[in-house]
Amino acid sequence: MTGPDISTPAATGSASSASPDERVREIGPLRRFLSRPEFGSISGAVLVFAVFLVVAGDSGMFSAEGIVNWATVAAFLGIIAVGAALLMIGGEFDLSIGSMIGFAGMMLAIPALYWGWPLWVAALFTFALCAALGTVNGYLVIRTGLPSFIVTLAFYFILRGLSLALSTMLTGKTILSNNEGVALRDLASSDYLFSTLFSGYVLTGFFNAMARWGWIAARDGGGALAIGVPKVVVWWLVLTAIGGFVLARTRRGNWILAVGGDANAAKNTGVPVARVKISLFVVTALCSALFAILQVADAGSAAADRGLQKEFEAIIAAVIGGCLLSGGYGSVVGASIGALIFGVVQIGIGYTSIDNNWYRVFLGAMLLGAVLFNTYIRKRIALGRH
Amino acid sequence: MTSVDYILELEGVSKFFGSVIALNSVTLRLKRGEVHCLLGDNGAGKSTLIKTLAGVHPPDKGEYRVDGRAVHFKSPREALDIGIATVYQDLALVPLMSVSRNFFMGREPRRKLFGPIHVMDHELARRTAIEKLGDMGIKVRDANQVVSTMSGGERQCLAIARAIHFGARVLILDEPTAALGVRQSVNVLKLIRRARAKGISVIFITHNVNHAYPVGDSFTLLNRGRSMGTFSKTEIARDKVLDMMAGGAEMQTLMAELEGVTI
Repeated sequence: MTGPDISTPAATGSASSASPDERVREIGPLRRFLSRPEFGSISGAVLVFAVFLVVAGDSGMFSAEGIVNWATVAAFLGIIAVGAALLMIGGEFDLSIGSMIGFAGMMLAIPALYWGWPLWVAALFTFALCAALGTVNGYLVIRTGLPSFIVTLAFYFILRGLSLALSTMLTGKTILSNNEGVALRDLASSDYLFSTLFSGYVLTGFFNAMARWGWIAARDGGGALAIGVPKVVVWWLVLTAIGGFVLARTRRGNWILAVGGDANAAKNTGVPVARVKISLFVVTALCSALFAILQVADAGSAAADRGLQKEFEAIIAAVIGGCLLSGGYGSVVGASIGALIFGVVQIGIGYTSIDNNWYRVFLGAMLLGAVLFNTYIRKRIALGRH
Repeated sequence: MTSVDYILELEGVSKFFGSVIALNSVTLRLKRGEVHCLLGDNGAGKSTLIKTLAGVHPPDKGEYRVDGRAVHFKSPREALDIGIATVYQDLALVPLMSVSRNFFMGREPRRKLFGPIHVMDHELARRTAIEKLGDMGIKVRDANQVVSTMSGGERQCLAIARAIHFGARVLILDEPTAALGVRQSVNVLKLIRRARAKGISVIFITHNVNHAYPVGDSFTLLNRGRSMGTFSKTEIARDKVLDMMAGGAEMQTLMAELEGVTI
């Protein structure tokens, strides 16, 4: 890191080529990689994969069904981690993600089961409602100047309470899967738009073909044991790609980095700080809504207590992904890799003889390690030691 | 004398904050292409004056004219739009962002990627940032370098170069050399000279006469919200400026107490 000042041999050697600044040192590709925000999560993922390949390599964890298993867990978390990461880079938190998931699930199921709405309309309603709640979160943070921690903590309780109270009031239940003989699962499969977007798998034909060729396990009928790539995984990959693209390549991405890095400086240079921050809260809320809708489609039921602690897992994934808690720095792709680490560990532990409870111990340790690592990286950036 | 010779004028401007008289009938005239130093000790009203010029505070009394026409700015944006750019002490730079991202913050160049999708033109941003900083005599090693790795002087220069690039005709620099070392202060002073050579008018706020005197064409002294007058460089000596600024008698007493210390 520090090392001796490398200017001596390198700089004098290349002095012939347009006299380089004597204070510049060459930064190799390795150092560049080390100073990227994703570095921590990538090395963490490599480590986790290596460990599980050793301890559970022949347990079926890395068979097609095993991969689909942990990829699904990672994908669900990854979807909210993308939102949480963008918001954190923009300098704010959302602690209401988990409660929003529970609330959104109920707001999808109640209109569909009790009010006779088509499921796709109910899904649209859920997105709209969550976007509105995200706007309220953002607006309150901007207008009051209170830390987003406090404002969204309030919504953490408000939305959880509302999910329970409203569902009890309107349906008398807190877990909804059917009403008067109509099952949520049937509604989902008969709604073309809804099922195309949110339920089932893609590449099923390819998986069956792979089973025929003997590449992956087949069931008795000849089809693949792993049905295909779950749609939630597709959503996760698409959202990660969009989030990463927006952050790195677009003007809006520059604004997000600016408002998170120094909101006052951003404002003074003409960045619409309030608009950027509020829209980030909306994006996070929409990610929560998407999580809830995909979960309802997957489980065939909605429950008011869904999404418990998801806000913390999303924030941890973002932190593992290299996002600074203070904002202005981080990576969407890193956060998604953070979510992948979660999925692999959470499911992977089941394939080993290790007690499942160690998962939480690991989670906490991982968070601590990531924060320490980020703090160290940040100091290096500030001191310019790439 | 017609007022067209002046790019910017404050005529008998007063500003009150409740019972406090922050500015008391201050007159300040900035000639085209000159470096006008605004000198004053802490509490002299420099900050209020800057904010009035920048369009943050409308004057309570008096008139503010740009190019001889009276203006009534409702926001700093309006002042910026007609080319009056203020570089405050906080510089409006984000430390964890790169030089080129900072240079174009809020005014990002864009290019079409495909269809309706536009991306920030990072290549153009990097090239322009390096070129414009180069014009100002600042060699930037790498436009991807984050601002926190730059020295205070380099950051000051970056903020000034940015303001010039985005069309500043008048640069208002709020204590650009405060908190800088000798070497870096010299770089900033050189930059002020270069800006003037490009035809930009500069208001240079400082309380350091040693920084003001070498680059200034004229000097306005503020003391307790009042202007003590404007002097051109030919009319006034450095010691006289210092005397007026701190209140000569007080300063002499202080000098006597601090025997052997020179400022």
